[in-house]
Amino acid sequence: MKIIAFAEQRNNQFKKTAFEVVCAAKTIADELSAELVALVVGGNVSPIAGELGKYGASRVIVVEDSRLQYYSTTAYAKVIAEVAQQESGQVIFLSASSLGKDVAPRVAAKLDAGLATDCTAIRVENGDCVATRPVYAGKGLTDVRITSPVKMFSLRPNVFSAGTPSSGAATIEKRNVPLTDADFTAAVKEVKASSGKKDVAEADIIVSGGRGLKGPEHFAMIEELASTLNAAVGASRAVVDAGWRPHDEQVGQTGKTVAPTLYIAVAISGAVQHLAGMSSSKFIVAINKDKDAPIFSIADYGIVGDAFEIVPAFSAELKKVLGK
Amino acid sequence: MKILVFVNHVPDTETKVKVSADGKTIDPAGVNYMLNPYDEIAVEEGLKLREKSSGEVVVVSLGTDANKETLRKALAMGCDKAVVLKDSSPRDSFGVARALADYAKEYSPDIILCGKQSIDYDDAQVGGLVAEMLGLPSISVVVNLDVTDGAIVAEREIEGGHEIVHSRLPAVIIAQKGLNQPRYPSLKGIMDAKRKQIEERVVSAIKPRVEVLAMKKPSAKPPGKIVGTDASAIPELVRLLHEEAKII
Ligand SMILES: Cc1cc2nc3c(=O)[nH]c(=O)nc-3n(C[C@H](O)[C@H](O)[C@H](O)COP(=O)(O)OP(=O)(O)OC[C@H]3O[C@@H](n4cnc5c(N)ncnc54)[C@H](O)[C@@H]3O)c2cc1C
Ligand SMILES: Nc1ncnc2c1ncn2[C@@H]1O[C@H](COP(=O)(O)O)[C@@H](O)[C@H]1O
Repeated sequence: MKIIAFAEQRNNQFKKTAFEVVCAAKTIADELSAELVALVVGGNVSPIAGELGKYGASRVIVVEDSRLQYYSTTAYAKVIAEVAQQESGQVIFLSASSLGKDVAPRVAAKLDAGLATDCTAIRVENGDCVATRPVYAGKGLTDVRITSPVKMFSLRPNVFSAGTPSSGAATIEKRNVPLTDADFTAAVKEVKASSGKKDVAEADIIVSGGRGLKGPEHFAMIEELASTLNAAVGASRAVVDAGWRPHDEQVGQTGKTVAPTLYIAVAISGAVQHLAGMSSSKFIVAINKDKDAPIFSIADYGIVGDAFEIVPAFSAELKKVLGK
Repeated sequence: MKILVFVNHVPDTETKVKVSADGKTIDPAGVNYMLNPYDEIAVEEGLKLREKSSGEVVVVSLGTDANKETLRKALAMGCDKAVVLKDSSPRDSFGVARALADYAKEYSPDIILCGKQSIDYDDAQVGGLVAEMLGLPSISVVVNLDVTDGAIVAEREIEGGHEIVHSRLPAVIIAQKGLNQPRYPSLKGIMDAKRKQIEERVVSAIKPRVEVLAMKKPSAKPPGKIVGTDASAIPELVRLLHEEAKII
């Protein structure tokens, strides 16, 4: 049996999720006594391909083409599906990152494969992969199995460990997948980076603010706390709808699903739709003046009090402790 | 322009999940349903495209008679025609996409709009599957869309920024929150929608590729610790984050 792990890169640098996927795929491959093949696609990715050896891939297939420097849904789907077919891969792992979420269904349709998206755990049972995936925004958890011959799983970012890099080495194999203009019917022409801003979907620490902050100007103290912690700024829907914050910061059922190590919720009540997006955070701190706010039901640590007093004190203490 | 929008009928966001006796699905008792929030955005975008270029907006939903309620909401917002594809047996996204793609093939739209994900199973698959089944380009998590003379320029969200994607009609556009602000149905719209016929079609069952073995509720977290009621609690909070959580 062969397992394919798609290792995502941007600008010829692996994303952390690439290591998470390779490492999780390696664990499953070992249990199934299967061979693991990692796949890297991009413009100039041979120089980095070897890194995957440290995360358990003994073979890495590289598909390089200058037109693949930027992501193209149609071209990437073709490359992944073709390599999977050439290798007769039966199980394919990728990340449920923005790229993974976009490409996975198209690859699944090409391979006639069942796809379980955004999985938070994966295990082997009777020689088959069983994945856990949250449904109803995390209010339910399902265990699923895929019945088609080719099985695909996308893994929620930040949930699986990337392990510690070993000294393992990998053999690198360049593979040519012929592409024509017709394979680029949807192509990225430009990438606009949000000016040095950390994204909630990728951050290890998030400081989120809610309507209790009374106005957009008071997010300055949230930004200060976030920058002290090297964290991303998040927001509840109430403040996004009010236009205080951009909607790419919204956490929740109709915003982003996040799973950081630390989530600090400031003046957020903790409506079910907000909890849906952040309840799988490893540690949750809530600061709210209402002791009955539902956010406290899932917080590990809470302070019942006034954010306007507590947040600046929190930043000041951290600066002292962290020597900033 | 022929505009086709996929709309799903889903439990509303306040739903308390209770697992049914089969141990695999949610207990539908007392659950209220709504037009999937992302699909409301897709409907709005369809209406805006029609206003810009004329044509018609057709909404289609796969499910049971109950889905008609959601289709009526879309009609009330201003869609021209609604179709329910009926199949009461369970389907996964692949099965849903198959039926929607078959319908789309027959209708042959210039553009297909759908939502980023259904907020029940959170699959986020149908748009990409349908596009691939039809051999069309797809652009997902779209927050800005311009369609001029068949050329598409769309902005999609990625981690830490946005991608500007170019493509051509026909295509599948997968809506993300932020694309637009959906309108409320007008009173006239609601009255008109009541009179409109909803076309019904029965589609044959298809075996799911993703089999649910079990559903459970996540284990409740033990109650957390209230560290204090004012700024004097901060040193203790920082100590806990450092020593217990080992974060700072
Ligand atoms: C279909 C649908 C989808 C939704 N999706 C989302 C989503 O994705 N994300 C999301 O967040 N919401 C979502 N919501 C909205 C959600 O229901 C809540 O309305 C929203 O989360 C509330 O935001 P909030 O906590 O900032 O505001 P509020 O509920 O108004 O809470 C403000 C909190 O601030 C506290 N406070 C006030 N002053 C202070 C102070 N000085 N110091 C400390 N605390 C203070 C108050 O005690 C209160 O708890 C959705 C709703 C629907 C219907
Ligand atoms: N049963 C359905 N009927 C019509 N459209 C659907 C159905 N299920 C999903 N969709 C569409 O596909 C999108 C993605 O859904 P999903 O892949 O189920 O998360 C939704 O936002 C809808 O636009």
